[in-house]
Amino acid sequence: MSAIISVRDLEKTYEGGFEALKGVSLEIEEGEILALLGPNGAGKTTLISTICGLVSPSSGTVSVGGHDIVQDFRAARAMIGLVPQEITIEPFETVLNTVRFSRGLFGKPRDDGHLERVLRALSLWEKRDSRNQQLSGGMKRRVLIAKALSHEPRVLFLDEPTAGVDVTLRREMWDLVRQLRADGVTIILTTHYIEEAEEMADRIGVIDHGRLLLVEEKAKLLHQLGRKELVLELGEPLDTVPNALGDFALQLSDDGLRLTYEFDAHAERTGMTRLLGAVAGAGLSLKDLTTRQSSLEDVFLKLVDKGRNAQ
Amino acid sequence: MNWQAVLSIYRFEMNRTFRTLAQSIVSPVLSTVLYFVVFGTAIGQRIDTVDGIPYGAFIVPGLIMLTLLQQSISNASFGIYMPKFIGTFYELLSAPISVLEIVLGYVGAAATKALMIAVIILITSTFFVDFTIAHPVWMVAFLVLTSLSFALLGFIIGIWAKNFEQLQLIPLLVVTPLVFLGGAFYSVSMLPSGWQTVSLFNPVVYLISGFRWSFFGVADVPVGISLFAIAIFLSACLAAIWWIFRTGWRIKP
Repeated sequence: MSAIISVRDLEKTYEGGFEALKGVSLEIEEGEILALLGPNGAGKTTLISTICGLVSPSSGTVSVGGHDIVQDFRAARAMIGLVPQEITIEPFETVLNTVRFSRGLFGKPRDDGHLERVLRALSLWEKRDSRNQQLSGGMKRRVLIAKALSHEPRVLFLDEPTAGVDVTLRREMWDLVRQLRADGVTIILTTHYIEEAEEMADRIGVIDHGRLLLVEEKAKLLHQLGRKELVLELGEPLDTVPNALGDFALQLSDDGLRLTYEFDAHAERTGMTRLLGAVAGAGLSLKDLTTRQSSLEDVFLKLVDKGRNAQ
Repeated sequence: MNWQAVLSIYRFEMNRTFRTLAQSIVSPVLSTVLYFVVFGTAIGQRIDTVDGIPYGAFIVPGLIMLTLLQQSISNASFGIYMPKFIGTFYELLSAPISVLEIVLGYVGAAATKALMIAVIILITSTFFVDFTIAHPVWMVAFLVLTSLSFALLGFIIGIWAKNFEQLQLIPLLVVTPLVFLGGAFYSVSMLPSGWQTVSLFNPVVYLISGFRWSFFGVADVPVGISLFAIAIFLSACLAAIWWIFRTGWRIKP
């Protein structure tokens, strides 16, 4: 695989001095799904808006398919489809005309066959002659996707595609994204739903305060940073952790009924056998015992915390 | 050159016109008929002729110009303001198109619509008064140049405006007074000499004068100067638009 988008030292300072991007470098591989994860105001939208031509970069370069987005903007932009975060759509125009307009804007000759396929895939074909204002919120969002797909882009940007979308539609959206990836489209989505990134992405980039904290394959990220927890439910409450268990860095819950032990699930020695031996030795009675895999959410929060502390 | 995009914008904008046919075409025609009834018929009976032309016929070029200017500005300003207001402007910025193509599409459509209305008014006026057009080719040239120039001005207003009030501000406070004081309903030569001099600073005087010359062969200012004035105005608007897109003023953060 080779990089289809290459971002180098991208900086963006808005008028008024707000630094939205502080030197972001990123290579996006052809055919992958990259999720950009970050809290609100982290710079996700500025990053994709800059790549798509909506925001002028303060410094740094971006190329799409080898074409510089400033020098060779026509070739670069022709490859990109953008689905914005807000539902922005011409209210009085029909669905089909809206989508046809987008295709024309990208310089592609009229191809009603392609538009029919796109609209059918998005369950919009029956609504093609309806005015946009008559559509439900979910349908409007799909019209935005249809617009972005109308000119057969090789890269699709989805800015918070499932924000404010119900569960069924979210599932449908995910299926669609997978289908597009199978067709060879590179997909970059921003989200603050960790579940979404976990579900969809091949790679995950974590962005906060205008800095890209990390870009890593999802599985590797979970593997590297994934920790497991062993929770011991006690029969009798404890005031303090017994001295005999002092080596294990246990955390006692406020009600004194739970001891939590954190360990690396992939390590050769997890220390679990030794811990359980020590618990029995200390004469504690156990009611229950559970383990929990730390989710991407924990990983993410840790990274963001670390990034903020480092500043 | 992305002609496909120019055509798409043009078609989209023309669609908008036909979708709102009543307000787009019927209302300017109605207001023109009212002008004819009030100025041409009621007042005109007492004025007789101006520069040797029957008053009813004399006001035809001025009326067409009045509507042409208003329409060119409002169509173009509305056309480019709406995507900003609705938020669909992102698509223009992310598409592989240049400033020239965006302007050609929007300004071309706005000018076309204004020209259509001008022609309808011209036809309507033949029901009220008799006149012949002395220089039809020049008349068309004046119509096209004027509608293009003012559609460009409208485009700039649409980019500049941050709300609907601002969108109406310049047409109402600047353009309409300039047209009324620009000799739409009278000859500048009818004014006291001091006011004649003041009138020469009103750019609309040159437009109406030149346009009236194409009808009747008489003008307040030489026709060459009229053409020169339009050319200057057109260039100024083009320069402003070029600067707007180069700097991203009110378009691109």
